[in-house]
Formats: sequence, C-alpha cells, structure tokens
Amino acid sequence: MATEIPQTPLRAASVTQFKEHVDPEEHERVITISDLNVYYGDFHAVAGVDIDIPENRITAFIGPSGCGKSTVLRCINRMNDLVPTARVEGSITYHGTEINSPKVDPVEVRRRIGMVFQKPNPFPKSIYENVAWGARINGYRGDIDEHVERTLRQAALWDEVKDKLKDSGMALSGGQQQRLCIARALATEPDVILLDEPASALDPISTLKIEELLRELQQNYTIVIVTHNMQQASRVSDRTVFFSLNERRQGVLVECGPTTKIFTNPEDRRTEAYITGRFG
Amino acid sequence: MTMRAAYTSQIQELMDVVVAMASMVDKAIARSIEALRTQNVQLAQQVRKDDQLINDRRWAAEEQAITVIATQAPMAGDLRRIAACMQLYTDLERMGDHASGTAKIVIETADEDLLKPLVDIPRMAEIAREMLGDAVTAFIEQDEDAAWKVAARDEEIDKLYEQIYRELLTYMMADPATINRATHLLWAAHNVERLGDRVTNICERTVFTITGRFEEMDGLPQRAVSQDSSANGTSG
Amino acid sequence: MSLTTNLGTAAGSVRRHTWRPRIANRNRRARVLSFVFMLAAVSAVLLLALLLGVLLLRGWDWIRLDLFTEQYSRNAEDAGLQAAILGSILLVAVSGVMAFIIGVGTALFMEEYAPKGRITDVLQTNISNLAGVPSVVYGLLGLALFVEMLNLGRVLLAGALTMGLLILPIVIIASQEAIRNVPLGLRQAAFGVGATRWQVIHHHVLPAAMPGILTGTILAISRAIGETAPLIVVGASAVVFANPDSFFDQYTAMPMQIYQWAKQPQEEFTQLAAAAIIVLMVILLTMNGLAIYLRERLGKDRW
Repeated sequence: MATEIPQTPLRAASVTQFKEHVDPEEHERVITISDLNVYYGDFHAVAGVDIDIPENRITAFIGPSGCGKSTVLRCINRMNDLVPTARVEGSITYHGTEINSPKVDPVEVRRRIGMVFQKPNPFPKSIYENVAWGARINGYRGDIDEHVERTLRQAALWDEVKDKLKDSGMALSGGQQQRLCIARALATEPDVILLDEPASALDPISTLKIEELLRELQQNYTIVIVTHNMQQASRVSDRTVFFSLNERRQGVLVECGPTTKIFTNPEDRRTEAYITGRFG
Repeated sequence: MTMRAAYTSQIQELMDVVVAMASMVDKAIARSIEALRTQNVQLAQQVRKDDQLINDRRWAAEEQAITVIATQAPMAGDLRRIAACMQLYTDLERMGDHASGTAKIVIETADEDLLKPLVDIPRMAEIAREMLGDAVTAFIEQDEDAAWKVAARDEEIDKLYEQIYRELLTYMMADPATINRATHLLWAAHNVERLGDRVTNICERTVFTITGRFEEMDGLPQRAVSQDSSANGTSG
Repeated sequence: MSLTTNLGTAAGSVRRHTWRPRIANRNRRARVLSFVFMLAAVSAVLLLALLLGVLLLRGWDWIRLDLFTEQYSRNAEDAGLQAAILGSILLVAVSGVMAFIIGVGTALFMEEYAPKGRITDVLQTNISNLAGVPSVVYGLLGLALFVEMLNLGRVLLAGALTMGLLILPIVIIASQEAIRNVPLGLRQAAFGVGATRWQVIHHHVLPAAMPGILTGTILAISRAIGETAPLIVVGASAVVFANPDSFFDQYTAMPMQIYQWAKQPQEEFTQLAAAAIIVLMVILLTMNGLAIYLRERLGKDRW
C-alpha cells in the first residue's frame, strides 16, 4: 500500500525514525483475539472483534462510550466471569494458549495479566500490604520486603512512600493511589497489564505522571489501555484500536493500526469522524 | 448536528486566505511582466511596494494557523489541511518575491532599451498564472486529478525557458555588447520559471492533504492521470 | 402579584414571565411544620422519660448488692436475680454465637456464592418473613424440635438454641446488608490480582463487612435478651433456687423473673420487678452503646 518514497539522504533519515512506530508487526503477538462476541443475557454487546496485541508495546482502545472497549478489555483477563449474565464466545489466546478454555484457571490468568481500574481502589490496608498481599497469596517465595520495594520503585512511588509503608493506602492522593494500584498489579510479576481509563479520575499533572510511568513500563511489559481521551491515546500508545457501534448498537472494531497512522491518516471514514471530533 | 462548527469555520478561513494570497500574487505577476514588457518603472515600484502586503499577510496567516493548532488539537485530515495551508502561505509568499524580483530588474534596466520585443516571457508568465489559478482551485476543491494535471504543465514552462535561454545565448554570442541586457532578461525569465516550480509544490501539498502521502511531481516519471485515483487512498 | 422583592426587579428585558412567589406564606407554613415535627419528637422522648421515671420511682430502693447475689425467695428482702442474670447471659452467649456462625455463613452463601435466580429469591423471601414471625412461634418450634424431638428436655441448651433460631433472620439480613455494601471496586481489585473467591472473601469482603455484621449481631442479641414468650413456651422455669450447673440443667432468665415478680400480689415484689427492669435496661443500653462504639471504631479505620 505504501508508495515508493524516493530515497534522498534527508528523507531516508526521517523514514527510519518513524519505522519504530509504523510497524509493530515485527513484535511478537502476545495476545490474539479472534471473532470475539460478548453477550449480556440476550443483548449482543460486542460483535466479531479481531485484534493482535504486540509484545512490549502500548496498545490503546478508543471509541465513544458504550462501544465495548472496556468489555473487550475485561475479556482478556476473564473479569467478565464475575458478571453472572455475561457470556463470552470466540477465541483469546495468550502466548498461544486459549484463555477461554475450561481447562484454564482464571486465577492463573489474572496473575499473569494484571488490571488497573478507572477509579483508584487500593485495598483498605497499609501501603505495604497492598503490594505484598497479591504476591503472598500467589505463593511468592522470595523476600517480600525486597519485592515490595522493587515493585514500588517500578511504579515510581517508592520515594514518596518509603517512610510510611505502614500507613493506610487510602491516605494517599488520587494520583498516588493509582500508582499504588499499578504497583499492586505489578506485584504478581505479570507480563501484561490492562488499564481501564486509569487517568480519567485524576487531575492533569497526575495524568501525565501516569503516562510517563506507562512509557517506562512499556519496555518490560505489554500494556493495553482503554481511554476516552484521544490526546492521551495519541501521546502514549504505539498502536491504536478504534471501536464504535454498528447499526444494531453492537460494539464493533472499526480500525486498528499504528497510532501515528490512525491520527494523521486513518483509513476508515468513521475513524476520521471520531478523531476530528465530528462524531461521538 | 453541527459539531465543532467554530472549528470547521476556522479551518475554512485558513483556506480562504490561500485564495486571497493567490490572487494578490497573480496580480503581482501580471503587473511585473507588464512593467517588464513596457519598461514601466512606476508600475514596477508599485509591485515592489505591494509585495510587503503579501509578506504581512503570510505572517498573519501563519499565526492564525498556529492558534488553531494550539487551541483545537486538529487530527488526521484537518491536521494535514492546516499543515498544507501553512506551507502554501510560504510558497505563495516566495512567488510574490519572484514577481518583486522581476520588478526590480525593470527598475534597474530602466534606461536601457529592450533587447527585443518580449513574447516568450509573457507567455511563460501567462501559463504560470493559469497554473496558479488551477492549482489553488484544485487545493480548495481537494481534487487530486486536477493537481496532477496542473503539475504536468510545468513542462511547458520549462521548455519555454530553454528556448529563451538559447535565444539569449545566441544574442550574447553574436554581440557582446548585449550581454548586460540579455543577462537581465535571463534573470527575469528565471524568476518566471521558478514560479512554475512553486506551483508544482502547491500541487504536491494538495495531493498530500488528500492522500496523506508525499509524492514528488518533479516532471520525471509522472503518474498517468487517467489512472483510477481511488486505488491510492480515500479522500480526507 | 408583582415581582418586586427586597432585591428589586430583575434587570430590564430579561424578565419574561410573571411570578407569584408568596414567600411569606411558604415560610410560615415551613415554620409551622417544623414546630409540629419537633412536638412529635418531644412527645416520644417525654413518654420514654415517663417510663423511666416510673421505673426509677418504683424500684430505686431495691437496687442493692443483694439483687445480684441472692436467689429466689418468698421473701422480698431475700430475693435476688443472680440465677436470672446468669441464665440470660448464658442464653444470649450461646444463641449469639450460633446465630453469628450460621447467619454469616448464610449471608455469604446468598451474596457471594449462590447464583442469582429463583432459588435465591425464594430463600430471601423466606428469610425476610421469618424475621417477622412472632417470637411465641419460635418457642413452639423450639419446644417441638429441641425439647421433644431431640429429647433435650427443658434445659438451658434448648432455650439457647431456640433463641438462636429467633435472632437468626436478623443476623442474616444485617450481614447480607453489610456484605452488599462492600464496594464492587474492592472485590474487583482483589480478583484482579489473581485471588480465589474464598481469598477475596476472607481477606477483603469479610473484614470490610465486619462492622456491619457485628452491629447487626449485637442488636439481635439485645432483642434476644428481652424476649419472654418463647422462653416460657420452651420451658424456662419461673422458679429456680440455684444457678444452672450445666447446659443441661433447668434455668431461668431475667424477663421470666421480672414477669414472675410482677405477678406477685405484694407491693415489694412489684418494686423488685421495677428494679430488675432497670438492671435489664442498663444491660440493653450498654449493649447498644457497644454496638455503636464498635461501628464507629471499626468503620473509621476502614474507609
């Protein structure tokens, strides 16, 4: 599809610079979603979604409210199991293994695929316990103190809380609480982290801190983030997936591609309409 | 439902400025060539003075575009359009400078007789003005085919320039006393030839706005204009 | 009416509709109603004060150490409450523990484990209805089940088990409410970290719900302490001469004793009854106070 761009010396330089963002095909696909359909009771909420999530990259799910992006996210770590009326059909593979198979224990899935929620919800326990509990119940064998410190450092929170590990997690500010929730997710040493609108309840400065943190984490973790903030998606992600509603009010995948392409020259008219704010 | 009506009209304004500047430039070209043809110093001075207006317009428009970017966070097609407008302001302003350069030549050679009655240079300028009008129309109407057609005409200007060059060279070789005047005419012709190249830039920007891809239109292997354009991308 | 108020007319052409604010009228009506509501509250308090006053008047003289050390006697001077107090305490302790364990378990089942559907609806309706069943009926149930079928006889254990059944629905409903109030976000967060359902319940849901559960249990126990009818039916004695030796001994409870004394013709016994009621009320108030204290204390630490 790309035309032959004449190779003048100057142009060659600028093309290489963008290659990183333009082609994550080189990266291994950690999660592959095929023909995903989700029903709540009789209501067909999400229809026929196919997505590849590349390793160690940040993938953003964007789209208007109610178009299924959070639903799809929650399928990845089987959180929809907790909703009695939810029914999931289709395939989601994680490193090649089918997650939805009855042979797979959702507890193990959630240990390896962590989640951070929209409203910061640290446990009503001490900061230390917030991080340590997850590791402990999953059978962490090493030195817990060291593990807690390491995890809090990864979440860019250690310096702010190292003197008050015994204080309640609820006493932190909103942005700090959310970073604590990120640390809690990191505590079980997952390789994928899912974030459902993690900064929507935070002020702009905390939001930027979270985004910077995600950029640091991306080197070692695969990250999927649902956001309704388009600027955030364009700032933070390598790959963007745009969801919308079809005529039957079902959530569908409209377009999926490198972030720079989606935001400068999307293929689908609906994507363009949403991104330029003309719709949704 | 008119979503972002204010934003849409802001972008429209930026595109209107392109049309306004193009007509200022068109007038400058016409007058500068007329001044050259009739050795009208007063007209030439008017052209030079009016060039300042073009420059001012360019800076004001750029500022306006930057404001829209800062306040509206444009994306995708809108972003390409605004970026193209900014580049067009520069291209048009440079075209105005070329016309002004020709006017300067008129003023400097005022006391010399014309080497010969000017035919080819005015014709070149005529083509350039037509190209400018068509290119700006293609940009405003987002017509990819029209942009390619306009770019193809640059070849006519290049051929005419070569012709003028050979002719003037002949004059200079035959009679060294004419070198001064011939050189001045060559500069004037060069200014007009550059106008053609600038208009080609405008066509490239137009295609970029529509397809999101930058394709060289430098007169060498051109895309066949009759090809179905839908194969190469959707409109913005 | 005109629009003019103390604030003057609205600026020029903005005003479009006419208004009739009648502010003075509305304020007056509001004041009258506040007064009426205050009267209602005051009368309730007054009645309570009246009751307390009468009690204190009647029984004050009889509140002395003997009340707690002596046992049953024909003679008012020698009569005391010890067996009754002990009986009440034991009854309430056993029934409380029983209701707590079974009640919390049921609540957990209903809220956390059972799939929502016809079955849970039926169960829920039944539990709610059971809470409203007159306590005498529980006495009959206890009589049939514990005293006769299980052949325990008219002993302390039978009474305790019966009271346990009585307060069970209250504990269940209060526990369900407390468990339901645990925010969804907490559960999701715990599951999200890869915990099993029991781990989530054990480490997060139960601790968070515990203040509510405890409050409910204590209130249920307060109710149990004051119930007389079921105890009569299930065979608490009106007259015991000594403290019960074991759970398989005959027993009495404070309400029984109060009833017994109040029945006596002598004036002194009526006053003794009043004194006993005062003791009972003190215990009740203490328990309620404890419930409030616990709720405050544990509630603050949580959220």
